[in-house]
Amino acid sequence: MTTLGTRPLDSFVDNDQKPVGYGRMLRKEDPRFVRGLGHYCDDIQLPGMLHMAILRSPFAHARIVSVDTSRALAHPKVKAVVTGADLAEKGLAWMPTLSNDVQAVLATDKVRFQGQEVAVVVAEDRYSARDALELIDVRYDPLPPVVDARHALDPDAPVIRDDLEGKADNHCFDWETGDAAATQAVFDRAEVVVSQDIVYPRVHPAPMETCGCVADYDRVSGKLTLWTTSQAPHAHRTLYALVAGLPEHKIRVVSPDIGGGFGNKVPIYPGYVCAIVASLVLHKPVKWMEDRSENLISTGFARDYLMRGEIAATRDGKILAVRTNVLADHGAFNGTAAPVKYPAGFFGVFTGSYDLEAAYCHMTAVYTNKAPGGVAYACSFRITEAVYLVERMVDVLARELDMDPAELRLRNLIRPDQFPYTTKTGWVYDSGEYERALRLSMETAGYAELRKEQAERRARGELMGIGLSFFTEAVGAGPRKDMDILGLGMADGCELTVHPTGKAVVRLSVQTQGQGHETTFAQIVAEELGIPPADIEVVHGDTDQTPFGLGTYGSRSTPVSGAAAAMVARKVRDKARIIASGMLEVSVADLEWEKGAFGVKGDPTRSVTIQDVAMRSYGAGDLPEGVEGGLQAEVCYNPENLTYPFGAYICVVDVDPGTGAVKVRKFVAIDDCGTRINEMIIEGQVHGGLTDGVGMALMEMIAFDEDGNCLSASLMDYLIPTALEVPDWRTGHTVTPSPHHPIGAKGIGESATVGSPPAVVNAIVDALAPFGIRHADMPLTPSRVWDAMQGHPRPPV
Amino acid sequence: MQVPAPFEYRRATSVEEAIDLLGELGSSARVVAGGHSLLPMMKLRLATPERLVDINDLHGELGYVRVDPGEVRIGALTRHRELLESDDLAAVHPVFRDAERVIADPVVRNRGTIGGSLCQADPAEDLSAVCTAVDAACVIRGAGGTREVPMAEFYRGPFETAVGDGELLVEVRVPRRPRGSSAYEKVERRAGDWAVAASAAALWLDDDGRIADVRVGLSAVGPSTTAVEGIAEALRGREPSEEAYAQAGAIAAERCNPVADLRGSVEYKRHLADELTRRALRRAVARCRREG
Repeated sequence: MTTLGTRPLDSFVDNDQKPVGYGRMLRKEDPRFVRGLGHYCDDIQLPGMLHMAILRSPFAHARIVSVDTSRALAHPKVKAVVTGADLAEKGLAWMPTLSNDVQAVLATDKVRFQGQEVAVVVAEDRYSARDALELIDVRYDPLPPVVDARHALDPDAPVIRDDLEGKADNHCFDWETGDAAATQAVFDRAEVVVSQDIVYPRVHPAPMETCGCVADYDRVSGKLTLWTTSQAPHAHRTLYALVAGLPEHKIRVVSPDIGGGFGNKVPIYPGYVCAIVASLVLHKPVKWMEDRSENLISTGFARDYLMRGEIAATRDGKILAVRTNVLADHGAFNGTAAPVKYPAGFFGVFTGSYDLEAAYCHMTAVYTNKAPGGVAYACSFRITEAVYLVERMVDVLARELDMDPAELRLRNLIRPDQFPYTTKTGWVYDSGEYERALRLSMETAGYAELRKEQAERRARGELMGIGLSFFTEAVGAGPRKDMDILGLGMADGCELTVHPTGKAVVRLSVQTQGQGHETTFAQIVAEELGIPPADIEVVHGDTDQTPFGLGTYGSRSTPVSGAAAAMVARKVRDKARIIASGMLEVSVADLEWEKGAFGVKGDPTRSVTIQDVAMRSYGAGDLPEGVEGGLQAEVCYNPENLTYPFGAYICVVDVDPGTGAVKVRKFVAIDDCGTRINEMIIEGQVHGGLTDGVGMALMEMIAFDEDGNCLSASLMDYLIPTALEVPDWRTGHTVTPSPHHPIGAKGIGESATVGSPPAVVNAIVDALAPFGIRHADMPLTPSRVWDAMQGHPRPPV
Repeated sequence: MQVPAPFEYRRATSVEEAIDLLGELGSSARVVAGGHSLLPMMKLRLATPERLVDINDLHGELGYVRVDPGEVRIGALTRHRELLESDDLAAVHPVFRDAERVIADPVVRNRGTIGGSLCQADPAEDLSAVCTAVDAACVIRGAGGTREVPMAEFYRGPFETAVGDGELLVEVRVPRRPRGSSAYEKVERRAGDWAVAASAAALWLDDDGRIADVRVGLSAVGPSTTAVEGIAEALRGREPSEEAYAQAGAIAAERCNPVADLRGSVEYKRHLADELTRRALRRAVARCRREG
């Protein structure tokens, strides 16, 4: 009898059709995940392993007067206590952030946000480490905090970053894009101009697995192995080498299974550095896993943009220009993870999917006494904010013009013949058939019937709303001439080896956090070589086993690493073709490739499979002149441009007139991510992103009180949506391949997170039209919807 | 993983033993039943009891719903899920099923208990408001015997009850009165979140179909879930009507005492006290009439 426990894991991958290449198939990794057999950081147990816990600041802003660790050191199970002063002696109290700022590893002078790392305890077990935190006596001298970004630049605002030489205010940076004068000229002559203040609240990626690591320094070999929750193991290895002075070839970073990232696992957190230091000092493996509250209060947040949007148009609905002024709250340290030349990420795509005459953005970023970070949460480097801004503004304009928002969009979308389309802020959109996608979404949703139903319901006093959003994403960072992170170009390597028996191993530089890389990349190689995906092992996450690359975020895995995988497979195929020509004793030109085999043109009886070629490449007998044995190759793919997925979303909501409670009744998502590799994985990514979007629109926000206390320190206080808050998703697609990408794929990871919040908010605002409301800020909890219905929508606090 | 501070753990195998243990350990001990309120607080180190007395083995003794002709008796260790699934209870006091449908999620409902809910005495807790509306009494047992305490006296303030050191809540008793029904209405930001506000209403009609008595318990809009005073006086003897519900709602809004937080403004919560009280009464009356 076969029981669940003894069946081989592979046998659970029982696909209806097992595509040799692209197509719908179950994920190769799921048999282990759905049976609880994933192996995460916290599953790692090493002999003699110690446990670390972090003491965090209870204050948002305070001077550290003294730190007394003597009672903690006296705890029988405590092995070490490390303070900021201890790190300062080693020159490790501060570390660079991903945005050329510095961040305290452990505070030395001041604490600058509630939850900031002050000291660490290393003990024999996790309980003792946590208990001993309460034995550390820190005396603080509280300082007034800067909580509201709107007041960060007030002349009397306390200066947060007095660690920076000569710093006399809380200014972080200014940034602009587009043409201010040309935009002003368009606004001056426009028939219709509307403006709207829009807040995108601070939210958190809240991955199911929190951040952590196991640092293991082997003093015999001098090698540090770091198992860590990292979306970018190679980049982390290089940064540890640069920061900690460890030689890079003596560092191995391993990302085991990762329980969700969403950008939260891109930065290097102080906890990782402290665990490394502890292992170096104690010569023992040291594990640190943050708890849920630590994850929510101290790690990379997202958004926190206060935007003023302006839109100019003709009376008959031609959008002429978009302008915005943004106040960006970056927290206590600028820890934004974005390409260096893009301090606002890719917010420059705020011109959306529309053919404009002019556009301009000015942004001021400030420091506040809040956690650092600021790009995370499936946003494609701030495109979430950009799309939210423009899609809300288009709806505001539609209201002003008394025009159907779908009609207004249809009149202004970039036409297919305009691609490649250069926007007024300099982005070159690669390809698109926007109108087709929008019309498909309207047909799928039954848009005309929905509007009719809405009119009937409104007559009965019911509040039904229909919201649209049309988004263009910019993913796959990026061309190394423009994009780097701390000097590391954003290219990705890939290595492919076909073994003698025709089984293959593909080694990636990107790291999955649940996206299904082990399946998708096997399918990409399968499509190119005709080897079944089941015969292709995907190796990733271990810097000692994979080629260099910048990792998985910003929806870049398929656009960048996927291209590398296709190209390395083609390189192997080119070599295989030469070997096959020898085997078949014909010239290369006389061979034709049919997925999985080379045949002689005009002679269907003569062919060799890729597996035959593999055996021959390692086997006895001569190979064609100049061909080395073995069947393997490597490439490093440097993207020529970003890829630009797009989509059209329609959301239908019902608002309870008596309570303001919102029910998302229906949601149609039409996505175009170019070539589709595995429909099932794409749909899963879209479902997750849409759920994220509903969460942000309805309930998610990291809130602070006036003293800078974080009010969202647990999942009881920071709400994320459940299955009960989301409808049955209706997904669909169009396919517009990317012209410059080797397989035409554009990426799908963040499309739905980017596109869905404006659809939900537009629907709610539409439902509230009878109350004369044009805008209401997220999160649209029942209370905030009701406030809007009373005529006083409030920005979130 | 969030880890609690050190504590001693004892597991009782009978009600007698639990009471002995609680008497022996005094104020240093806390009872753990379903654990869905206490354990999160311990993991967050908001609660640091020195000793826990686990009573989950007492489910055989204290897990029951008995619908007798004169009253309903519910064992303190009855799980939310058992309350939700009890057709007998729903037939007599439908407010329980209404509330249980919106209490937390199935995982919590499988473990959490009515006794734990009442003893936690969270002002935003659902079953306290429900028990208030249906005029329940709590049976508390100690070494010296048992005593029965009405909800108004059971609830001493936020997170405080009449259960003393060495005592255990063992049963909840709910009287049955003719021609009555009840309903629960709640607004939450998300399934499983605490109520923004909730209203439990129980109502009894006289032979002429007029309102004989009304009790309303509100949740999350003040320091207590005790009954809203003045509603019964205002509605007694009147025909059930939208005007009557509106008056009850207005009294609920006026008498409640909410504070502003991330769940809502004071103004909104007062509005909900009104709106949800009206809805609960409307439903309770419809149920009364349906049952003739």
